[in-house]
Amino acid sequence: MPLAVADIAPRSQMGFSLGWHIVLACLGVGLPALVLFAEWRGQRTGDPVYRLLARRWARALGVLFAVGAVSGTILSFEMGQLWSGLMDHYGSVIGLPFAIEGFAFFIEAIFLGIYLYGWDRLSPRAHLLSGVPIVVAGALSAFFVVTANAWMNSPQGFREENGKVVSVDPLKAIFNKATWPETTHMLLAAIMVTGFVTASVYAVAMLRGRDDAYHRLGLRLGLGLGALAAPVQVVVGDWAARYVADDQPIKLAAMEGRFRSGSHADLSIGGVYIGAALRGALRIPDGLSLLVHFNVNGKITGLETVPAALRPPVAIVHLAFDTMVGIGFGLLALGGWFGWTAWRRHRLPRTRWFLRAVAVSGLASVVAMEAGWVVTEVGRQPWVVYGLLKTSAAVNPAHGVGWGLPVLLVVYAVLTVVLISVLRRMARDTPVPITPQDTDADQYAVV
Amino acid sequence: MSIATALLVVIWCSATAYTLLAGADFGAGIWDLLAGRGADGRRRRELMEHVIGPVWEANHVWLIFVLVLLWTCFPPVFSAIASTLWLPLMLVALGVIGRGAAFAFRKGVAHGVAHRAFGVTFALSSLVTPFFLGAMAGAIASDRVPRGIAAGAVLGSWINPSSLLTGALAVSACAFLAAVYLAGDARRVDHDVDWFRRRALASGVLTGALSLAGLLVTRTDAPALYHGLTHRALPLVIVSAVAGVAALALVGARRYLAARAAAGLAVAAIVWGWGLARYPQLLPGLPLSQAQALPATLHATAIAVAVGLALLAPSLALLLALFQGDRTGRLDDRA
Ligand code: HDD
Ligand code: HEM
Ligand code: HEM
Repeated sequence: MPLAVADIAPRSQMGFSLGWHIVLACLGVGLPALVLFAEWRGQRTGDPVYRLLARRWARALGVLFAVGAVSGTILSFEMGQLWSGLMDHYGSVIGLPFAIEGFAFFIEAIFLGIYLYGWDRLSPRAHLLSGVPIVVAGALSAFFVVTANAWMNSPQGFREENGKVVSVDPLKAIFNKATWPETTHMLLAAIMVTGFVTASVYAVAMLRGRDDAYHRLGLRLGLGLGALAAPVQVVVGDWAARYVADDQPIKLAAMEGRFRSGSHADLSIGGVYIGAALRGALRIPDGLSLLVHFNVNGKITGLETVPAALRPPVAIVHLAFDTMVGIGFGLLALGGWFGWTAWRRHRLPRTRWFLRAVAVSGLASVVAMEAGWVVTEVGRQPWVVYGLLKTSAAVNPAHGVGWGLPVLLVVYAVLTVVLISVLRRMARDTPVPITPQDTDADQYAVV
Repeated sequence: MSIATALLVVIWCSATAYTLLAGADFGAGIWDLLAGRGADGRRRRELMEHVIGPVWEANHVWLIFVLVLLWTCFPPVFSAIASTLWLPLMLVALGVIGRGAAFAFRKGVAHGVAHRAFGVTFALSSLVTPFFLGAMAGAIASDRVPRGIAAGAVLGSWINPSSLLTGALAVSACAFLAAVYLAGDARRVDHDVDWFRRRALASGVLTGALSLAGLLVTRTDAPALYHGLTHRALPLVIVSAVAGVAALALVGARRYLAARAAAGLAVAAIVWGWGLARYPQLLPGLPLSQAQALPATLHATAIAVAVGLALLAPSLALLLALFQGDRTGRLDDRA
């Protein structure tokens, strides 16, 4: 496996801190929309339960956003601290989306301040409106940062001579071949994570016996959001896979565990790698050729076409891919169950298995999202910029850089524990009334 | 002015905004550490929390903005700084995490041991973050960050007289700005005015003394900077000194609004003095002309910055109008 020992610590550090940030980033993209929806319904219908939900979610949003912002700051440090070679060489090609993202952050942070602290300084209508820029800027910041990642997968929009970039077309670099499938897939993932995580919080409470209007509505709103996005996500995921097959064939070979090129390629689901062979996988004859080319004669490139040193770690990539896809279909089924019962019977499914499934769906959606990133990032190895710059050449060679990893691991472990316990304590310190009244929204809001 | 220079000016303005706005937020954290016990301490902490709550995240973004513009427009400068100074940058990162997370957590947990623990974390990280940022600035200003990746010393680049003094100066300037701003805020709610006023005077004197000491140290430790500060940038050094003295006098006279402006000017003039003293040399041996990104990138960034600023300005104005305007009697109303 082509893992250079020297850069394993910085690579793990980058992956780890990104993987941590992305969870909060997903909530930062999706949660404002959910809060605004609840606030809007509350204003329209006068239903106190909606208003209470909006107030309490907004409070959680404030904490999550702050932690998301600091973990994002760490990432922007790390881009130079760890990947100085990348920034030195290609900074002027991929910098622009980050610069635009900077403005999106500004808008987000400013209006978040107004929204969170403005409940009684603004009219209800103005307050609702002040939340809209948060949603727009959140989606834009996710879009632009992912275009930078898309560029690393599909580097375009510049010309090199003698290993130096001599001209740039910034728009072409931003809107490269990977941009649309990747950004769409990511935004949907953010929506799914927000929806299922929110729903799972209420499902856990309901399993513990708090089956009241407040918890049921919280569950319905979250699950509704997730269920809407899940089917679209499967289609978009397929689009992303087609892009990979087209542009990064070696990554696709790793995702699918294909060592040999050829037509009539089987689709392998599951299985583990022992040496260079995939064992115990479920094989669907001709499946992969059909999926990618709609034709059993479709040719799939295998890993054998590149030397071993240029192959990503197949076992990890294949496992991560199957995990993501498996969870994707599982969440689709859960959403379907919920949607069907809501449509036919106008209620939630009655069995406790439903609540149990919703309770794990939050974690599952996060795992799917992380697994997807592992596919993208580990599947790109040993390249940081596909086909152009090796990860080992991008890393900061300074003495002691590897110490960052253990330090950050400890800090983030503490942060995770504290974040969760603070959120729980906020919820516990002001419990919700059984049947919320009109004035309760203000009284019981966790402020 | 070339586009690269214009973008450099934007970066420097953003760095100034970060120093004046986020610097004051850090300063508030430092005073949080020293706010005292019991009801008095709690009241002062609440005032500070109330003042920085709605704005600190927006203020923090100026730092992000400096970084992303730097790596887009002057990639070799960013990679040289971040690779040589990775260790103090890591310490800044820890400070940023501690400050931001603990501040948000403290607000979520109204009392008890956890509340106090978050408070201490918030305050201590508010102290160390500007110190290490200052030390990094000192390292760059004293020519210890050469061009190239990780070309400078891992420790010596930022552990030296110039860097340590700049770090201390940064901490004291943050405390000074915060105390001046907060004295004005305290007057609105009519308590602790004198407490903040005395601290504004003390930290102001300290900041002035450290600036003088800094000038002396650079004379031997960073001759190029010293030369710039005493020649081309001399007017700015004088402006800073005069504004600093004026700020102290205005605080003495309880004219807090004017004192804010003077204190801000004094600190901003130091930042610009450094810039002017070295321009167009960005790092030793790396002038602007060799550091800048390709023209197409600079053009695109300039357009993005222009559009972005047009959106940003009214938004910021709205934020400030809502939360800086009237604050009277709003303190206990925590809804
Ligand atoms: C809730 C999360 C989630 C779910 C349910 C899915 N994905 Fe996904 N996937 C992601 C979240 C994600 C992601 C984390 O957001 C990634 C990483 C990079 C990206 O753009 O999206 C990703 C990447 C990613 C890639 C790699 C793209 C690249 O390297 O450029 C492919 C081929 C797929 N996905 C395909 C699928 C398929 C066929 C799914 C069918 C069920 C699926 N994904 C469900
Ligand atoms: C959208 C913005 C992102 C950018 C610009 C980005 C950039 C990078 C860079 C520069 C590296 C180091 C070089 C390399 O190993 O190829 C890296 C590695 C990595 N990233 Fe990303 N990344 C992004 C998103 C994510 C997310 C959200 C995750 C979530 C888990 C992630 C997971 C990883 C992992 C696991 C590695 C290590 C790969 C390996 O060395 O095997 N990335 N990324
Ligand atoms: C290399 C990759 C990344 C870098 C350098 C980065 C940088 C940052 C920074 C500096 C912030 C803080 C802004 C503030 O102070 O308000 C932030 C927040 C945020 N980031 Fe990232 N980020 C990266 C990856 C991602 C990815 C992959 C997403 C995709 C969804 C994302 C979405 C967000 C969002 C929505 C926020 C707002 C804060 C929040 O909602 O919690 N970021 N990021």
